[in-house]
Amino acid sequence: MEHIRMPKVENVRLLDRLSSRKAVLGTLYLTATHVIFVENGSETRKETWVLHSQISSIEKQATTATGCPLLIRCKNFQVIQLVIPQERDCHDVYISLIRLARPVKYEELYCFSFNPKLDKEEREQGWKLVDLTEEYNRMGVPNNYWQICDVNRDYGVCDSYPTEVYVPKSATAHIIVGSSKFRSRRRFPALSYYCKDNNASICRSSQPLSGFSARCLEDEQMLQAIRKANPGSDFIYVVDTRPKLNAMANRAAGKGYENEDNYSNIKFQFIGIENIHVMRNSLQKMLEVCELKSPSMSDFLWGLENSGWLKHIKAIMDAGIFIAKAVAEEGVSVLVHCSDGWDRTAQVCSVASLLLDPYYRTMKGFMVLIEKDWVSFGHKFNHRYGNLDGDPKEISPVIDQFIECVWQLMEQFPCAFEFNERFLIHIQHHIYSCQFGNFLCNSQKERRELKIQERTYSLWAQLWKNRADYLNPLYRSDRSQTQGTLHPQIAPCNFLYKFWSGMYNRFEKGLHPRQSVTDYLMAVKEETQQLEEELEVLGERLANLQKSQLGDNKVKSKQQDRSKQLGLSTSNNSLANTPQEYSNDLKSFPSRSPSQGDEEDSALILTQDNLKSSDPDLSANSDQESGVEDLSCRSPSGGGCLPSEDSGKDSDEAVFLAG
Amino acid sequence: MLRSSQPLPGPNRRRCREDEALLGAILDEGERGFIIDTRSAQAAKQARMTGGGTESKSSYPQWRRLHRPLERGRPLQESFVRLVDACSDPSLSMDRWLGRLESSRWLSHVKAALSTACLAAQCMDREQCSVLVHGAEGTDTTLLVTALAQLILDPSCRTLLGFQGLLQREWIEAGHPFHVRCTHSAYSHARLKQEAPLFLLFLDCVWQLSRQFPFSLQFGERLLLTLFDNAYASAYGTFLCNNEKERSLCKVKENTHSLWAWLSQPEEQQKFLNPLYSHNALVIWPSVEPQSIQLWQGLFLRWIRPSKHLDEAWAEIQQLVEKN
Repeated sequence: MEHIRMPKVENVRLLDRLSSRKAVLGTLYLTATHVIFVENGSETRKETWVLHSQISSIEKQATTATGCPLLIRCKNFQVIQLVIPQERDCHDVYISLIRLARPVKYEELYCFSFNPKLDKEEREQGWKLVDLTEEYNRMGVPNNYWQICDVNRDYGVCDSYPTEVYVPKSATAHIIVGSSKFRSRRRFPALSYYCKDNNASICRSSQPLSGFSARCLEDEQMLQAIRKANPGSDFIYVVDTRPKLNAMANRAAGKGYENEDNYSNIKFQFIGIENIHVMRNSLQKMLEVCELKSPSMSDFLWGLENSGWLKHIKAIMDAGIFIAKAVAEEGVSVLVHCSDGWDRTAQVCSVASLLLDPYYRTMKGFMVLIEKDWVSFGHKFNHRYGNLDGDPKEISPVIDQFIECVWQLMEQFPCAFEFNERFLIHIQHHIYSCQFGNFLCNSQKERRELKIQERTYSLWAQLWKNRADYLNPLYRSDRSQTQGTLHPQIAPCNFLYKFWSGMYNRFEKGLHPRQSVTDYLMAVKEETQQLEEELEVLGERLANLQKSQLGDNKVKSKQQDRSKQLGLSTSNNSLANTPQEYSNDLKSFPSRSPSQGDEEDSALILTQDNLKSSDPDLSANSDQESGVEDLSCRSPSGGGCLPSEDSGKDSDEAVFLAG
Repeated sequence: MLRSSQPLPGPNRRRCREDEALLGAILDEGERGFIIDTRSAQAAKQARMTGGGTESKSSYPQWRRLHRPLERGRPLQESFVRLVDACSDPSLSMDRWLGRLESSRWLSHVKAALSTACLAAQCMDREQCSVLVHGAEGTDTTLLVTALAQLILDPSCRTLLGFQGLLQREWIEAGHPFHVRCTHSAYSHARLKQEAPLFLLFLDCVWQLSRQFPFSLQFGERLLLTLFDNAYASAYGTFLCNNEKERSLCKVKENTHSLWAWLSQPEEQQKFLNPLYSHNALVIWPSVEPQSIQLWQGLFLRWIRPSKHLDEAWAEIQQLVEKN
């Protein structure tokens, strides 16, 4: 709290992103964990809550006649434009936010103060929801070819790896240790995915320290061991996910890649995915396109192409497809690495696993996948997503890209995933929010030292509790696209990659279809199920009644009640939307009463409950399709809830961006 | 909402009392109306030299003229051809795809068409003013705008029958010259002077509406694809000829079957209905932001991209709704 110079500022205006005419007056509050804007006056007292962890950058713009503008950009792509009347106040808020958004100690993060009012046991249970040992067992290891290795039990061999990794049976401790000395950051080859149908596997590591001519017997033996663990193939692929030029440049620094001459029976392959700096810039450029005011189609498409973003997404996907093919169709094991084996390697291994194994397309399986390939294998969450203030050059949207790959796949295979788009968006949100302890620090070792599991809560438990919100109504485990390997079209396929406006324009409600098909179908499904159950009950009753030969009046009245229950009707006033500003030419003509327009404006503003109530509610946002927003289920103190970005709210009007 | 073709003041700025009286009769004393001219102000001015022109302010004082240039004719056909080329080019790499898509300008045309239709709808619904739409001939972009505006405004046009009625009224009977517009489509090397995919542009806009309002149209993509096919080559006489006069001369009604009749058969109709449809009495205002306008994959990638998974998804949706 000592960083807050001004906890409260009044008469602040919150602007609509594009239409500066649509401003809302309210009060700005700064707390230890959030920035909160509360609208004045109106009965609903809409609130916008932003976690400090979500703040990516703050820009103080030139003072105008109306006040001093402050632009807050968030890591979840929300952009908030405030106008603070006094320049001095604005400056104080600016300075405070700068400090608040850049914590120096972990203890400053929200997860250490977040209290969902669960007891110790429930917290523990939450952390146990995802169990990696169980997962490896499900895959089929340990077995004749693969064993658990505890050589890293005190993080003595590699401090960014977990304590337990799986290695080939023929890899002795000596080989492992030797290999680790020959790998960047000592990240030796370890198992990521095992395919029990054909014994092919996906292993991951970092680059070898081969320079121009160095060799290491143990490392070569390690790769041999991987090959031997798959009797069905006499070679393995070694996939370097860097562009060839970068990999070669690394040789000058004493690192590099595997020489096919030195490593027997490997087929080496470059699959060029650019590095974290390129990706950071790419995202930056794409967000600039998103911030354009009333762009033409041309501005948008050129901007998107110049950012290169979709090209990168496709590159990651192509790598995953290559590996999945090698494993499923050729039955050949693959060793994947990049430079340090914690960014591109993680992306590519998890995409490949998703393509190969339908389990990872279930909700639980997806959580397990992230836990395995990202969390346990030491992806540097802190550095990449800025939990704490750090080197801006380490920041990069690595996991965002993986999450987008999943979305792109969901668009191509609508029935293949048990979860829906909202699941992905919420996960991305919480990777940056630091509300839960899953994505803190840079390695398992750091998390254990901080005793994360004893001091914070697990996101997985929260999501699991609300899994009804995250289901994909089209998912059925017996559909052809749900089973087995997914085969995305390879070429031509450029057009298959779409701009994910649900993520990058998440808070611009005017952009999205007002009616959520997913929610509607889920409601339909639920209702059908309820009806079926009721039918069963009624059927039994009828049978009983028939036996005892009573009248059937009771049965009839029950049937009439159910039609009111779910309110599936989509054709009510909640669908009304406002026109965009299609033209400036209409302004001079007398228009209808302005009050109509104002009521209809809804939000860029995120809704959460009134500050006063004090019991936080873990339930993540529940969307409604019948247009009635139930504010009571929201967490007041900014607890477990998420902003209701896709609620067809009762005031129902979409805010359109100026045309 | 009214439609017409351009007035003909010509280089001498002639006036026509009857025309002025007609337009004057539509508005009450003191009321204002809008004229949406689908040519640029420049083009409209130049049209005077060849006998055409615009409604001058002095002659039509109650009407305010707005120019919203919409592409038509040869440039629109080129746009279509370029888009189809880009989609089917196997050697096109990802880092050039969007540029190619953009340089075809097709999506820009979709955006412009939707924007103009929304503008017309806005004039009527929000400003409560009458609107006159015309371009040059009144047979192409004019119809695009009036038909789309009605879809936006009027829920009865969004039903299957209502939509058919809209097509019959605003495209067929209004005299869109289907015969010369829909001849060879995109693959032909013959660049015919009169060929232009206005009707396809219309269908694309309708598809955009269906994507943004998945519950509001009673029909689905399948109907739109069928209409596209039939506009170019059909077993039915509905889209034959260029106008009602020609159809009467060719005795189309006597000698051919109607597409609508076929569509109205229950077994056929089922296939074209949108399982998610539920009557929406309100006006539907689409977003015309670039992010909201997408490439109509179902049409442009119809033969390039396997639709199996999406078909499965639709079948599932159908099942879910029917089961309920």
